[in-house]
Amino acid sequence: MTRESRRAWLTFAVALGWFFLLLWPLTGIKADGSLTFDQTLAIFWRVAAAAAVLVVFWRLKRKGSFDGAGRGLATARAALARGISVVPAWIWWILLAAGALSYPLLTNRYGQDVAVTVLVYICLGLGLNVVVGLAGLLDLGYIAFYGVGAYTYALLSVNYGLSFWLCLPLAAALAAIAGCIIGYPTLRMRGDYLAIVTLGFGEIVRIILNNWMELTNGPKGIISIPPPSIYVPELEPTLHFVPFELRKITYAYYVILGLAVFTVVAVHRLNFSRIGRAWEAIREDETAAELMGVNTFLLKLLAYAMGAVFGGLAGAFYAARYRFVNPDPFTFIESAMVLAMVVLGGLGSIPGIILGALALIALPEVFRGFELYRMLAFGGAMTVMMLVRPAGLIPAKRMGQRSEERD
Amino acid sequence: MAEPILEMQGVTAHYGRIQALKGISLKVFPGEIVTIIGANGAGKSTTLMTICGIVRATAGEVRYRGEVISSQSPDVLPARGLIQVPEGRRIFPRLTVSENLDMGAFFRKDEDGIRRDRDLVFELFPVLKERRRQPGGTLSGGEQQMLAIGRAIMGRPTVLLLDEPSLGLAPLIVQQIFRIVKSISEENKTTIVLVEQNANLALNLASRGYVLETGSVVLEDDARALLENPDIRKAYLGE
Ligand SMILES: Nc1ncnc2c1ncn2[C@@H]1O[C@H](COP(=O)(O)OP(=O)(O)O)[C@@H](O)[C@H]1O
Ligand SMILES: [Mg+2]
Repeated sequence: MTRESRRAWLTFAVALGWFFLLLWPLTGIKADGSLTFDQTLAIFWRVAAAAAVLVVFWRLKRKGSFDGAGRGLATARAALARGISVVPAWIWWILLAAGALSYPLLTNRYGQDVAVTVLVYICLGLGLNVVVGLAGLLDLGYIAFYGVGAYTYALLSVNYGLSFWLCLPLAAALAAIAGCIIGYPTLRMRGDYLAIVTLGFGEIVRIILNNWMELTNGPKGIISIPPPSIYVPELEPTLHFVPFELRKITYAYYVILGLAVFTVVAVHRLNFSRIGRAWEAIREDETAAELMGVNTFLLKLLAYAMGAVFGGLAGAFYAARYRFVNPDPFTFIESAMVLAMVVLGGLGSIPGIILGALALIALPEVFRGFELYRMLAFGGAMTVMMLVRPAGLIPAKRMGQRSEERD
Repeated sequence: MAEPILEMQGVTAHYGRIQALKGISLKVFPGEIVTIIGANGAGKSTTLMTICGIVRATAGEVRYRGEVISSQSPDVLPARGLIQVPEGRRIFPRLTVSENLDMGAFFRKDEDGIRRDRDLVFELFPVLKERRRQPGGTLSGGEQQMLAIGRAIMGRPTVLLLDEPSLGLAPLIVQQIFRIVKSISEENKTTIVLVEQNANLALNLASRGYVLETGSVVLEDDARALLENPDIRKAYLGE
């Protein structure tokens, strides 16, 4: 045994001991005060064995035992990449669109439900990405804009009978105004202060929703919110249009798919615009950006407002889908979840964030049995990610596409 | 002489309670190269930052083209031709070289002119053209300084403020950069305010110089005269 490998195994043993210390209180202490070890050990040995196998593989890889296989893999990957690039990009886009459009036909209600949730979080993640990924402003209260959007649609439709489609831009506008309200006082802050103030803002919105009984009906929430409806033509007796309510989850899927596509296109265009470049300049060096003639005050405010718009849109959809809102879903943990998606996927990277949303929403659904340990697994996964892929699953590409020069 | 294009009159500036500038007055005339020399902490960078409005003057006036600018928002000044290359280069590390240059032309809308100016920058600094697709942060110190100067040129400066462009660079690179500063001044008639600790180089390039000590101008003269001034030779030229 070399010194290096002894060190690796020692680290491994310490990590396992640490894991046990974290695991036992979760599983071994029963509500009636009795202490057991059976369940903990059962989980512990399985995890330990799996981890040991991984460490062995890792050691072998370090020693170069897989070099042959690695080379084979590299050629295979290169061949695959060549194969993919032979087919023109637009074919992939058509396949992707066909897949997304036919998804409800191929899956059951549950599958559609998960997909709808993923798409909602894609909108939220991409919106937050404008603030955090592009402008570099930490926002721990982003979910408040989701809440503003949801209550905008809930109140306007229940009290005034406004249609979903009219409420969408209104929800976006109100969320943008909320974005400016939070943005304005935080513009001169950085780092920790910004984190605390945005965190506070998120809580303030939730508390207002909880306590302003006359407007929001408090914790009891607002019920019987109408679903989106469209007008369909009818021929009898003469040609006229009748309203048709999009109640089924399949319809909800198509509505949020449309919103998500809109969000992707909008964020992509923002990202590669003059404004997107200025946001990134502010993130990199605010003073230098100001010296280049960037109005940092206005642009930071705009980042908050634009980010909030997508949260507001997603919120309006949320209210229309569940046809019920109360303040419960708009908690800090949701803000943290969306932020985790953005960081996990890759700050500033649209495909990364889509993958991040998939990973954090769809995977826990697959492993439903582990519900209890979700947060533990979550923390572990984030730690591992930060170690092996600090720039995210799909790091933002920086190849100068943002420049006017495209040669 | 003509009217000064840039003028400071009794300008003071503070960082919290610390007074960094204690009443600076200086004049810069169109087309000349003026240098500001002084030891570390004398207030040279603060002077440039106050001209650009990043640090607010607490008293006195900054005039540019005859107009008081010390109360204006800093982001309108580059469009009027007042552009600074800040100390330590401060390029945008994760933006590509091309994107950094585009940021220099942020306030401009004339696509053709911007393209022409980019070619001009690439002509001045061929290495930037080679590296135009890589992140600015991956450049060497000298290349980053070239990028910072190139970025400023993209804004077509009338008055270019340079803060210690020689900082931390090898002598050969410093000479190259000074040659280019000179050519910018000669070819574009750009007025240049050059802050330097490398007094010898700066005074050889400039026509006039100001000497700063703890927030005050202690001496102003022709660059030649300053070079021959025994006090200056002792304090700043290492004799
Ligand atoms: N951001 C700041 N906060 C507080 N004091 C500062 C700051 N920047 C500079 N100073 C102080 O102001 C004085 C002048 O600094 P500066 O203008 O950077 O000098 P120079 O560029 O000549 O080295 C110094 O005493 C410095 O410590
Ligand atoms: Mg300085």
